[in-house]
Amino acid sequence: MKIPKSFLGYKRENGRTGTRNHVIILPVDDISNACAEAVANNIKGTMALPHSYGRLQFGADLELHFRTMIGTGSNPNVAAVIVIGIEPKWTKKIVDGIAKTGKPVEGFHIERTGDIGTVMKASKKAQEFVMWASEKQREECPISDLWISVKCGESDTTSGLASNPTVGNLMDKLEPLGVHLCFGETSELTGAETVCAKRGATPEASEKFMKTWNSYNNFILKEATDDLSESQPTAGNIAGGLTTIEEKAFGNFQKIGSCKFIDVLEPAEEPKKGKGLYFMDTSSAAAECVTLQAAAGFNIHLFPTGQGNIVGNPIEPVIKLTANPLTVKTMGEHIDCDVSKILSREMNLSEAGDELIKITLRVANGRLTCAEALGHKEFVMTKLYRSA
Amino acid sequence: MTTDIIIHDERDNVGVVVVEKITPKQQCSCWIMENDKTIKIQSINEIQLGHKIAMIDLNEGDTILKYGHDIGKVVKSIKKGEHVHVHNVKTKKW
Repeated sequence: MKIPKSFLGYKRENGRTGTRNHVIILPVDDISNACAEAVANNIKGTMALPHSYGRLQFGADLELHFRTMIGTGSNPNVAAVIVIGIEPKWTKKIVDGIAKTGKPVEGFHIERTGDIGTVMKASKKAQEFVMWASEKQREECPISDLWISVKCGESDTTSGLASNPTVGNLMDKLEPLGVHLCFGETSELTGAETVCAKRGATPEASEKFMKTWNSYNNFILKEATDDLSESQPTAGNIAGGLTTIEEKAFGNFQKIGSCKFIDVLEPAEEPKKGKGLYFMDTSSAAAECVTLQAAAGFNIHLFPTGQGNIVGNPIEPVIKLTANPLTVKTMGEHIDCDVSKILSREMNLSEAGDELIKITLRVANGRLTCAEALGHKEFVMTKLYRSA
Repeated sequence: MTTDIIIHDERDNVGVVVVEKITPKQQCSCWIMENDKTIKIQSINEIQLGHKIAMIDLNEGDTILKYGHDIGKVVKSIKKGEHVHVHNVKTKKW
C-alpha cells in the first residue's frame, strides 16, 4: 500500500498539529470539579475533565500532577483552555505553563468568589473561546505531524499473536516517515525486560530503561505481600489463555515491531529528541497510561485488545483493534479495526498493518472513534504516593 | 484447510488454539508463523480459543518457550496434546 503523505489537522500556535479541536475546562483539584462541570454544562461544545487529585501533594508526586495538567492543556488536540482551581497560586502555575504554547488559556480561582460567581465568569470566557475555536479549519499537514502512542489492554493470546504485531507493523511502516511513537507499561514488560533493553537505540537509552524497570521491580518486591499471580496476569488475561507475566510481556512487546527506542521518558514528559520511538515509564492500567501519553503531547492512540478493554480518553482519540473473533462478535461497538482474519489466515500481518494505517488516518482526519462515539473520556491522574 | 493452532517460533514448545475450541482426540492442523510450515497434533483435552496446547511431552521443571523466549516453568508434567495453563505452568518471576 502507498501510504498517504498527509492528513487534515488543526495547526496550533506552537507549530504542533491537532487531530481534534477541543475546548477544555480543566480543574486544578478535586474540589473544583463541580465548578468545571457547571461551566461545561453552560457552554455547549466545551468539555470538563474532572479528576480526583490536586490537594496536599508534594515532591515528585506534585511535579507529576502539574506536568500532567499543563501537558493536557498544551496537547495540540486542545484549542483553548479554562483552568479552575480553589487557590490562585497553583491555578496560575498551570495557566502559565499552558500559555507557553501560545493558545488561549485563562484561569479562575474559587476562593473569595464561590462556585456561582466563578461559574459565571469562567462561562463567559469559555463561550468566547469555543466560538473562536469553532472557526478553526482543518488543513493539510504532513504525516510526520502524527504523534502516535500505543498501549494494550485486556490482553489475551490473540493480542500477542496478531493485534499487537499489527501495531508493530504500523510502527515499522510509519517510523521512517518521521512520526513520533510512544510505548509504556513498565510493569507489563516484566519477563521481557532484558530483551526490551536491547532495543535501546543507544547504550544510554538501554541503560535508562533498565534503571527505570529495576526501580519499578524493587518497589514491587518491597510492597508485595504475596506472589503477584493474583494481579498479573489479571483474571481477564487468564480467561483469555495467558498463563504468566512473561507470556504477557513478550506479547506486549510485539507492539513496537522492529523499532528501537531513542529515549526513556518520565511519566507525562514531552519527548524532546525529535522523531522516532520513545519508551515512557507508565502504569499498565489503561486510563492512567493513556492520560500520561496524552499529557506528553501524543495526538492519536492505538489500543489493541484481546478480551475487550473499552477505554477512551477525553482529548486523545483511542483507536481499538482486536484479533479475537469473539470480542468482535460480542463487543463490536468498541472495535474500530477488526484484524481477526489474521488468525484464520485470510489476512497477513502486512495487510492488517495497512488496514490500521488507513483507519488511523481516517480518525486523524476527524472520523470519531468507537470510544468517542460511546462517550468514553477516562481521565485518570497517576499518583505516586500518599499526600502530605 | 482450517488452521486450528498457531505456533509463533519454530523452537516454541506450545501453540495457541485459534478456533472457537478443539475437542479431545481431534487431529489439529498447526501453522508455524516463523517458517510457514504446517504440522499435525492430536489433542488430549478440549481447549478453548486463545489457550495453549503442549507440542511435546514436558516434565516438571522444564521451560515453556513461546515467541522463542522463556515464559515460565512446568510445575506438573504435561503430555503432548494437553492443555497448558495456570494449573501446570508458573512464572519464574515471582
